[in-house]
Amino acid sequence: MKPILVLVSVDSNSVLLGAKQFVNYLREALEKYNLKDSVDVLETGSMGVYTQGVVMAVFPDDVYYSVRSVADVEKIVSEHLLKGRPVLSLEIPRERLKLVVEKEKVTEEVRIVLRNIGVIDPRSIDQYIARDGYFALHKALFEMKPEQVIETIKESGLRGRGGAGFPTGLKWQFTAKAQADQKYVVCNADEGEPGTFKDRLIMEGDPHSVIEAMIICGYAVGATKGYIYIRGEYYGSVENIQKAIKDAYDYGFLGENILGSGFSFDLTVRLGAGAYVCGEETALLESIEGKSGRPRLKPPYPPTNGLFGKPTVINNVETFANVPQIILNGANWFKQFGTQGSPGTKVFSLVGNVVRRGIVEVPMGVTVRELIYKFGGGLVGGKQLYMVQTGGTAGTFIGVDKLDVPLHYESFRDHGVSIGSGVILAMDEDVCPVDVALNTMEFFEHESCGKCTPCREGTRLAVEILRRMSRGQGKREDLDTLRQIAITTQEASLCGLGQSINVPLLSILDNFREEFLAHIGATACPRGVCRFEKPVTKVKTRV
Amino acid sequence: MQDVCTTGERLFKELDEYIKSINATPDKLISVLQKAQEIFGYLSPQVQQYIADALNIPASQVYGVVTFYNFFSTTPKGKVQIKVCLGTACYVKGADRVFERFLEELGVEPEKPTKDGQFSVHAVRCLGACSMAPVVLVGEKDFYGRMKPDMVPRIIAKYREVKS
Repeated sequence: MKPILVLVSVDSNSVLLGAKQFVNYLREALEKYNLKDSVDVLETGSMGVYTQGVVMAVFPDDVYYSVRSVADVEKIVSEHLLKGRPVLSLEIPRERLKLVVEKEKVTEEVRIVLRNIGVIDPRSIDQYIARDGYFALHKALFEMKPEQVIETIKESGLRGRGGAGFPTGLKWQFTAKAQADQKYVVCNADEGEPGTFKDRLIMEGDPHSVIEAMIICGYAVGATKGYIYIRGEYYGSVENIQKAIKDAYDYGFLGENILGSGFSFDLTVRLGAGAYVCGEETALLESIEGKSGRPRLKPPYPPTNGLFGKPTVINNVETFANVPQIILNGANWFKQFGTQGSPGTKVFSLVGNVVRRGIVEVPMGVTVRELIYKFGGGLVGGKQLYMVQTGGTAGTFIGVDKLDVPLHYESFRDHGVSIGSGVILAMDEDVCPVDVALNTMEFFEHESCGKCTPCREGTRLAVEILRRMSRGQGKREDLDTLRQIAITTQEASLCGLGQSINVPLLSILDNFREEFLAHIGATACPRGVCRFEKPVTKVKTRV
Repeated sequence: MQDVCTTGERLFKELDEYIKSINATPDKLISVLQKAQEIFGYLSPQVQQYIADALNIPASQVYGVVTFYNFFSTTPKGKVQIKVCLGTACYVKGADRVFERFLEELGVEPEKPTKDGQFSVHAVRCLGACSMAPVVLVGEKDFYGRMKPDMVPRIIAKYREVKS
């Protein structure tokens, strides 16, 4: 252990800002100044919502820096590390990273899922263990019966964080009760919801928490084999998860007779090949089986007929990452956070025109306003907030009148604001709802797998109408047709993809009806975004 | 075409070794295809047939899977693939203008390679780096964030150099 420790954020977003280059330079500089033996460098995950530069922290001094160039690194090494003088010009005020309470009753950041991210080296199993890692597994294996594990998860009220919000404990119980010679645990890490990147940062920053949870789940439901299905594009996640699995095998947390308990569990990574619909659980199972990812007809559901036709638990990355802490601290501890119907926290991805883009974990029940203004720092350039997309592409578009709705799994039913996968995409006055609706529906048109007609044709028709509207050729009856398409597609589609397109489409039509009407019969886009009346229209490509 | 055959044989041998190494069963089709595309650059009918035979499944099934997933391509792509994210977060930050600029600068249509075969430009769904929107992925691992159309020529120049 060296006296000084420097932490550097190297999550995927920081890497874009040059984090890798800075770390390499840091190591070179330490060599140059002969500080190698007194300074440890630790590459860690995201340290908070900060996107102006790469975050570097020096301990034990507890000083946080924002680094934008190698010259900044040089300055930190030659001034702070060598001479002990913190570089004030690069220092970030702590409150901009770790969020402080401004007033009473204002939501504070609570880290359950993200507790290790930005704190430990995700590639070190020892550091995970030092933060109580695999303690929950030990507790489950030696102090609890499988039924007690399930009971604890049920009692905690944990619900699926992928978007649907199904009670996790119930899913486990159904699978546990199913009789079969083989059962499976699957982790849905095919994060494809545009705007969402929380699962990526969890897998990059704390891969062991997911692995530990999957083993516990296997023990609880009687499964001996697990798969993590990761998006093929998530190289960093794949690397860290694979390293973590290897280490877990070496330490005896995976494989035969885990920790001498008699329970065995194997875990394999499968890579996705680029299909949004594979985030749908049965499509994902098809894909693991090596087939095209077309959703299955439900029922039967995965807990009885899942992977290879066997009972299967399938949960999202974030859902799993909650499990070890619940087992360790108990259901009541978990229930102190969040709301009665939706206990615990949620990881939100703050994106769009907010000042500080990134992920933040807060208790359920937080409002959109708090997320955008308190955690996101408001809008870039002091612009007016105009529209917010909540919950992802399959989520809702809301106007500024709904900013104070508390977000939880009932907020869509009660107030028309979806929590979904936790995306908060803030848009300023420069966007046009028609254009955004078109982009959204083009996404669904492209990602519709084509198995069922309502979704395949409904999305195509919606795109056609919206494209016409964005060219200035919209008709008044188009609005009713769009509504009809949305409702029909929702009612008649086979899977969650088609069944959810009414959410974005109806919410944007209802909340921004005036804007849609203003496009009809106009000579130019009232918001100056859509390109009207040009002989060759904008190259619109499918997303 | 003669030299293609000899390199072709070598490539098939590499694929064969991979298939044997993972003890491929039909459920590993996607992994095999991913490897095959890495080796060959794209999945020609011959490659698909070869994989179908190796895994003992109908070629139609292989073709079905290949055409289902965005990742797989049945035609050659540029050596350097430029993927512009047009997910919502990038889109509202002006990703469409970045995409158009790439097409303009290279004088190509989406998905089709440039005449020299060096580049192809693809519109892709969310790449999961939304806090850096708009995002462009060049090749497999080079990410560029906070893209502006004016940054396009510099990026293209960078990957032209790699070639020479």
